[in-house]
Amino acid sequence: MERKIRVLVAKPGLDGHDRGAKVIARALRDAGMEVVYTGLRQTPEQIVTASIQEDVDVIAMSILSGAHNHLFPRVMELLREKNIDDVLVIGGGVIPDDDIPGLKAAGIAGVFTPGSPTSEIVAFIKGNLKRGS
Amino acid sequence: MSEMDDLKAGMEAYEAGVDKALSKFSERKKEFTTGSKSPVKRLYTPLDDGNRQYTQEIGFPGEYPYTRGVQNTMYRGRFWTMRQYAGFSTAEESNKRYKYLLAQGTTGLSVAFDLPTQIGYDSDHPLSQGEVGKVGVAIDSLADMEILFDGIPLDKVSTSMTINAPASVLLAMYIAVAEKQGVPAAKLEGTIQNDILKEYVARGTYIFPPEPSMRLITDIFAYCSTDVPNWNTISISGYHIREAGSTASQEVAFTIADGIAYVDAAVKAGLDVDAFAPRLSFFFNAHNDLFEEVAKFRAARRVWAKVMKERFGAKSPKSLSLRFHTQTGGSTLTAQQPDNNIVRVAIQALAAVLGGTQSLHTNSRDEALALPTEDSVRIALRTQQIIAYESGATETIDPLAGSYYVESLTDRIQNEAEAYIRTIDDMGGAVKAIERGYVQQEIQDAAYAYQMDIESGDRVVVGMNKFQIEEAPPKGLLRVDPIIGAQQTAKLHDLRANRDNERVQKTLADVKIAAEGSGNLMPPILEAVKAYATLGEICDVMRGVFGEYQQKVIL
Amino acid sequence: MEETADFVARVRAGDPRATARLISMVEREDESRLVVLKALHEYAGKAHVVGITGPPGAGKSTLTDKIVGLLRERGRRVAVLAVDPSSPFTGGAILGDRIRMQRHAVDEGVYIRSLATRGHLGGLSRAVSEASRVLDAAGYDDVIIETVGVGQSEVDIVRIADTVVLVSVPGLGDDIQAIKAGVMEIGDVFCVNKADHDGAERVTREIRAMLETAVLNGAVTRFSDLYTARAALKPAPRPLEGDHTSVAASDEGVSHHVTSQMSVHPGLEIPPVVSTVAETGVGVEELVQEIKAHEATLVATGFLRLRREENLSWELGRAAAERVLAKLEQDERKGSLSELARSVLDKRIDFYDALDTLESALVQA
Repeated sequence: MERKIRVLVAKPGLDGHDRGAKVIARALRDAGMEVVYTGLRQTPEQIVTASIQEDVDVIAMSILSGAHNHLFPRVMELLREKNIDDVLVIGGGVIPDDDIPGLKAAGIAGVFTPGSPTSEIVAFIKGNLKRGS
Repeated sequence: MSEMDDLKAGMEAYEAGVDKALSKFSERKKEFTTGSKSPVKRLYTPLDDGNRQYTQEIGFPGEYPYTRGVQNTMYRGRFWTMRQYAGFSTAEESNKRYKYLLAQGTTGLSVAFDLPTQIGYDSDHPLSQGEVGKVGVAIDSLADMEILFDGIPLDKVSTSMTINAPASVLLAMYIAVAEKQGVPAAKLEGTIQNDILKEYVARGTYIFPPEPSMRLITDIFAYCSTDVPNWNTISISGYHIREAGSTASQEVAFTIADGIAYVDAAVKAGLDVDAFAPRLSFFFNAHNDLFEEVAKFRAARRVWAKVMKERFGAKSPKSLSLRFHTQTGGSTLTAQQPDNNIVRVAIQALAAVLGGTQSLHTNSRDEALALPTEDSVRIALRTQQIIAYESGATETIDPLAGSYYVESLTDRIQNEAEAYIRTIDDMGGAVKAIERGYVQQEIQDAAYAYQMDIESGDRVVVGMNKFQIEEAPPKGLLRVDPIIGAQQTAKLHDLRANRDNERVQKTLADVKIAAEGSGNLMPPILEAVKAYATLGEICDVMRGVFGEYQQKVIL
Repeated sequence: MEETADFVARVRAGDPRATARLISMVEREDESRLVVLKALHEYAGKAHVVGITGPPGAGKSTLTDKIVGLLRERGRRVAVLAVDPSSPFTGGAILGDRIRMQRHAVDEGVYIRSLATRGHLGGLSRAVSEASRVLDAAGYDDVIIETVGVGQSEVDIVRIADTVVLVSVPGLGDDIQAIKAGVMEIGDVFCVNKADHDGAERVTREIRAMLETAVLNGAVTRFSDLYTARAALKPAPRPLEGDHTSVAASDEGVSHHVTSQMSVHPGLEIPPVVSTVAETGVGVEELVQEIKAHEATLVATGFLRLRREENLSWELGRAAAERVLAKLEQDERKGSLSELARSVLDKRIDFYDALDTLESALVQA
């Protein structure tokens, strides 16, 4: 059977604006992926354990509150603590350009700012999976 | 009679001519639509007025059904309140920004709180990490609130606070600060958002389940009707529903359905409708389709007036009239070529003014990138001032009334909104419709369709999916110093060490007793606030009694 | 692929990552899973497998979340398999059941896994069955399977679970219809969720009435046989050891659901019908007690073994049929089916001759 791409879509932190996360979830589904949607107010710990139990290929997070510099790297840190290096992690939201190099250095492979088409995110995921298909 | 016949004949001749022309040159596109994707005809004429009766449906400003506005002189009397939503970092920083805004000519304050405050967590709560001071000011206790309004006389300024789930606590803090300034609660003017239903469907800063949340709201209605009579006890908000992706008609429909639920709850709690309804206020979005947005505001007034009169038997004109604040559409701003946002905001602000808003926030050009800088905020405010003083839009009342197009749009939005409200009624009201996920689903479907339209290019967003340029990353964005999380935590530790903790425990116990019983929660919350109990402590007591809401997601 | 022994050891030690990987292999029918599943075989069979089924919108996820919480209070390790539908058009899926259970995400005694139907419900029941055995071998005491809640999956759950909870709610209109249409016989414990909504009492009454009729007519042997067997036991069985470490078992051990006054058949024994409000947790403790009581009855009467034997026979038959089909498809590549079809069309042989030819060929192979 073909290998399905599984993606965890999560909203870390307290920000309640989930329009973007929900639109992405639907777009990924329409691109044939299996999307585990975990909803609002997720701690980095919840995101990482869910990603393990669900055996996802991708973690996609969205933050509009400005807490990305704290929460995104924290997720990467937890993944590293558990020796997980084969999950593609991407983030999106209101993220100033100046912050992007730091997030990438922390291991966030793709950062998508307002106006990014969902097709670009789909293509990025398909082109950057860390696990063989 | 003969005029109508002439008109019909003329219309036929015109259409025949168009058909002939179209056979040679087609129009720009097959289907023309509003910003919310409703079909738009080539031409609107008196034929579109149908049997509409002017006095019944449109009427006069300050009179039922308030289509033309809620005051009889509108902006000839005075302009709308220019109210810029602001707040970030610490109370000290925000206090400085408020003083700057007042010096620049804003006429009302609008307080943005950070997410921990909005969700009732203290700054040292584990979930607050990384969020303190980010999207607004961090308020943990009365001590922070005293700093926030330091040197701002609360009897001279009206203050709007974007606070929902813990609205009682923040309102209590405001009352307590005023008391220290020697200003009695009866003289306070302002608004708390206090609209929990839209938090469940669109904004996400809920704490408690619907039932106790509705009780907290009716407690505020009751308390303010006697003790803070000039306070707007709720700002029933379509803004966030639209931001979450709804259409214009859905914005009106779901907001008014929420309004109906609040009035219902208050009436069931034994309040007289005319005692609290005059203090209900609304909050809408303004998007780019100028005419559809103007029509939306006009339709909203008409729908609400009918609801209040026919459904609730309200008699006071103030109960019937829908007063509203407008904010320009945050989701319409682009991160690309951000200066273009100034133009978008100008069109949106004009729509709000032509639609008869009572107060207005104009977004800053850089808000798709970060919190706005002082320069950007000034341009946004200047946009309002240019409309007020230079555009001429304020010289007469409801200047677009009588436009065949705008009146037709107004009717359409009213009809669509009323159809939604009937559907929601059939489900048992807004609370039930939200519990079922119906409202969320409708909004998400619209949001997804909107995004797909942008990606297919059917919807052009200038600078984003058309007319793009290579651009350098913007400079000089406002950043919140991450150190303030630690600062706020240190302040909290000091506070807890130096206050009268016995009094805190006693007042918190009283809040618990009130929460478990059925008495009004405002007085014990006010006492706890005055004892310097923190926001998190007070909310924890209520969490213990009320439980917490679990998000209802339908995808 | 890591060493099988190491993989097996990690799953058995409850390593969630290894467990998760193995379930992914099960989902995509990866042949290399078989050696691991075979090695795990001897360790499975201890868990109580509970199926939760009912129409979409019945609140199954919220109910599951609350059940997990109560089982955790009893000190049990719990795994959840939550099934959601795949889109028939794109093959993608949004798996949203987990949202309502995320509070358990960081509890090491809980494992939650979302599965998509991937377009084939038959294959799904195989995947769910294998995944549930993996979780069983991984040491989870309870494995809860939440179905997608439509059609075949509701019926298939019976082939996997020891105890099936059938959830209904007022206000969906067609739930009772679905039960009438024959879904009722799959339930062991009946739950009317959203019991605070209008119409809940009516739904409860209707379910009870239908159960009474079914028992009276002897139409549904699934529970009537069990109750007959239980009645023969003296004394009544108590819930399994260790089930109720923090909550005392009800006095009679297994509750006897005797129809109430509103019944026209006083004294008739029917399966339990529990009212719950999953959102607030009301009634969920009683539901958990009934689920555990059902398990206790299965054990005490020996029906647990019988039921598992029945399920396994069905699963074996189904798997065999799948193998045969696969074999036939393989043969088809060599054209043998087409050849037979041509013979039937040309009236050289008839359909049944063709079938006999195929069967003997398969048996020889």
